[in-house]
Amino acid sequence: MSTYVSATEADRREMLAAIGVDSIEQLFSDIPEGLRLERPLALDPGRAEQEVYDELRALAARNVSTEDEVSFLGGGMYDHYVPALVDSIVERSEFLTPYTPYQPEISQGGLQAMFEYQTAISELTGLPVSNASVYEGPSAVAAAGYVAKHVNRRGRFVVSRGVHPHAREALATMAGSWQMETVEAPLRTGLTELPELDENVSAVIVAQPNFLGAVEDLQALADAAHSAGALLICSCDPLPLALLKAPGDCGVDIAVGEGQTLGNRLDFGGPSFGFFATTEALMRRIPGRIAGETRDLDGKRGFVLTLQTREQHIRREKATSNICTAQALNALAGVIYLSWLGRRGIVELAELMLRRTAYARQRLAALPGVTALHEQPVVREFAVTLDAPIEKVIARCRAAGINPGYPLVRSYPELSEGLLIAITERRTRAEIDRLADVLGASVSAERETLAGVTA
Amino acid sequence: MSSFLAAADDELTIYERSRPGRRAFVAPALDVPERALDELLPVRLRRDEPPRLPEVSEPEIVRHYNRLSKRNFDLDTGFYPLGSCTMKHNPKLHERLAALPGHAKLHPLQDPRRAQGALELMWRLQSALGEIAGLPHVSLQPSAGSHGELLGVLLTRALHEDHGERRTQVLTPDNAHGTNPATVTMAGYELVKVATDHAGNVDLDDLRAKAGEQVACLMLTNPSTLGLFEQGIEEIERIVHGVGATLYYDGANLNAIMGICRPGDMGFDIVHFNLHKSFTQPHGGGGPGAGPIAVSERLEPYLPRPQVVRREPTGNGGEALYDLDYDRPKSIGRLRGFQGNYGVFVRAYAYIRSLGAAGLREVSEVAVLNANYLLARLKQAGVAEYLPAAYDRLCMHEFVLSGGPMKHELGIKTLDLAKRMLDYGVHPPTVYFPLIVDEALLIEPTETETKETLDRFADIVVEILREARQDPEVARGAPYSTPVRRLDEAGAARRPVVRQQM
Repeated sequence: MSTYVSATEADRREMLAAIGVDSIEQLFSDIPEGLRLERPLALDPGRAEQEVYDELRALAARNVSTEDEVSFLGGGMYDHYVPALVDSIVERSEFLTPYTPYQPEISQGGLQAMFEYQTAISELTGLPVSNASVYEGPSAVAAAGYVAKHVNRRGRFVVSRGVHPHAREALATMAGSWQMETVEAPLRTGLTELPELDENVSAVIVAQPNFLGAVEDLQALADAAHSAGALLICSCDPLPLALLKAPGDCGVDIAVGEGQTLGNRLDFGGPSFGFFATTEALMRRIPGRIAGETRDLDGKRGFVLTLQTREQHIRREKATSNICTAQALNALAGVIYLSWLGRRGIVELAELMLRRTAYARQRLAALPGVTALHEQPVVREFAVTLDAPIEKVIARCRAAGINPGYPLVRSYPELSEGLLIAITERRTRAEIDRLADVLGASVSAERETLAGVTA
Repeated sequence: MSSFLAAADDELTIYERSRPGRRAFVAPALDVPERALDELLPVRLRRDEPPRLPEVSEPEIVRHYNRLSKRNFDLDTGFYPLGSCTMKHNPKLHERLAALPGHAKLHPLQDPRRAQGALELMWRLQSALGEIAGLPHVSLQPSAGSHGELLGVLLTRALHEDHGERRTQVLTPDNAHGTNPATVTMAGYELVKVATDHAGNVDLDDLRAKAGEQVACLMLTNPSTLGLFEQGIEEIERIVHGVGATLYYDGANLNAIMGICRPGDMGFDIVHFNLHKSFTQPHGGGGPGAGPIAVSERLEPYLPRPQVVRREPTGNGGEALYDLDYDRPKSIGRLRGFQGNYGVFVRAYAYIRSLGAAGLREVSEVAVLNANYLLARLKQAGVAEYLPAAYDRLCMHEFVLSGGPMKHELGIKTLDLAKRMLDYGVHPPTVYFPLIVDEALLIEPTETETKETLDRFADIVVEILREARQDPEVARGAPYSTPVRRLDEAGAARRPVVRQQM
């Protein structure tokens, strides 16, 4: 058994004597006798460090990671390269092991990093105020909906079908509790088509790019939302924002999104971070922590958690959110990564993805039995539909060491043979060519099988 | 604080270090045709100027953030008796395990058949947490304790609505964590506070008066935020269940009772765990965490989608399959994307495997021993005259002192005491919480601290009080040795500057 406790037998005797009791058991005398567990927990016995290492190493070996196959999986999290310096910095115990910076005098490192992070998110989104992070992307959409509900007290969300399915579901889970209705706006030719908006619409919620990879015209969506007096909430993918018109410049009121692509691991879905940015007007309704600049007694610049009267530990039932622990370390990875990319690098990275994605889309759409799902501009991800059973095609590709992407049917029943394909900077032309060869061959083989059955 | 850093105390931001033309990132070579941007992305959709990220070199980034890190106090460096936060040692093995590519580079939409190791780990963690809580069904999805609270209240609503009931209120004790009342509002209920009695327990008469058919749930922390075990827990259970409400266990203080007693056996219907407290996920300066919940049979149908399940082999010789089950017609839906904070699950599972049943029980025993020892040690040192225990009982894993007498007698507030502690190299306890104790200090030493550390902390408190008797200005002006001194928080909130001006 491993232990991280250092109390020796002698320590324990001395401590019990100081307390004035005879046994540790006596310390638990407030617990009614009938409630005490009279047996050990039914858990396996503890093990030595190396044995635990071996066990979890063996579990890891039973997962097929992005190092084990050529993966074109995206759909909200992406296989981007995380530079070594990110790991090296976030593993420092001074960042890894402190609590939330409630004592600013001894937390300037974390607080300044939050301030720098907020600045980076503000630059990407074109909105002046960012918080220090929320949990992750989809729940951030629900959090933005909560702000909208309080801002205009209207009864309905209009949500694009292009918003990540998990985000739509996370919002729907909460909307019922708020007596809010959610109405879906369909996708037409890959883009959001808004219904008639009336004065009961609290917010229109869209994604940029949307789940099928298409770049939306945010300006037009914002104009439509605003003309009905509604807010526009946009869930954005941060790296494509290097090229795309900033949401804030298009009139977006709240920009949220998933931050995994900014220097964070895939980790089978978390922990990553969510970002949340908004206008000056909504600053005092924002959820979670915000770092702000101030001065100390000697006039020296310093940073503190600010606008805390929004938060649960001060405002309790009147707080703007219940969020407490968020994702500070993951957001730190985010700002380190963005500093590594830098002002020019982020554009170069996005342009590389843009061109490789365009190349991949063209290559794949030229294959017999493969059709692009839409013709809209895309940056990192695009969707095709196959003239063959999707799961069988995927199985064939995997046998060749290629994971061709996400079968859309799991989230979009109407796109039964749809495939969502992500091209990060990790996927080379050679790999894209191999995808085209393998996918083409797999679709053909399945079509032949089908033809054989029909014949 | 080394003199090198102290000399350069006015740290620049990464943006202030930026110089046009500097860079760290070099893009991989363009290996596809260089088509014009206009052809791929119409100009009306593009931004005019790139985001103003810093232009800095790799050595500068490394040095900048390393220097910043040295302006943080951290658990690996010193004592962190922050009540209700369970700042215990974060085992180093866990970081190595979480970084294994099979865990760290696993895509969340990977086919479950190709993520069997991850799903099995999650399934085993669910089983272990269920056993610790004494409740059989676990969802790992919530991202933090407050997220677990939200889920618990939503499940309560689903249960009642499924039985055709519409309830409007949720009860919390007046000493509850701020997340409890905030959760109640966010979940669409009205908060009703229950008083605390003279011994620090829930006031049963007040509870009886407020419990009724309109009450959906009582959210309770046990041991409470006063560090006390609810002596009337059995009666509380009868009252709450008597009116058809659910009993919710806020697991922030689970570190006191692991293997000693179980919330499920006390009659709780829902428990959340803070894996970043009792189960050693490093706190990261404010996350990440994870807030799984365990529930009783009657709440199981409403758990979020997807659930990790084990499908037993059909026929001979097959292997069990671990899967994500979406087919849950009564589920409240999703709370977030994907399957939760898996990297946190790896660490928590490693911890449970390392300690086992006996080790987890020892954790709680020593956590409670350490807290009672520190409380006794402070009393013996004569501190009680200025900092009496709020309730004169044995405590569990933490205890509350009141700085009221200190303020009146010595003229220094709890805040001053806390700030002076910074000069002695320890992190102060939680201050001004719980709200029901005047000038509160909530002290949680945790099981991983040595007796010598506890003795030293007691000595520091004695020393600061002695100093204050001679000259209260010392504490009032503290700290003196930190990278910055007391900061103008009111000014920061009045004129918020929340990003770098460029």
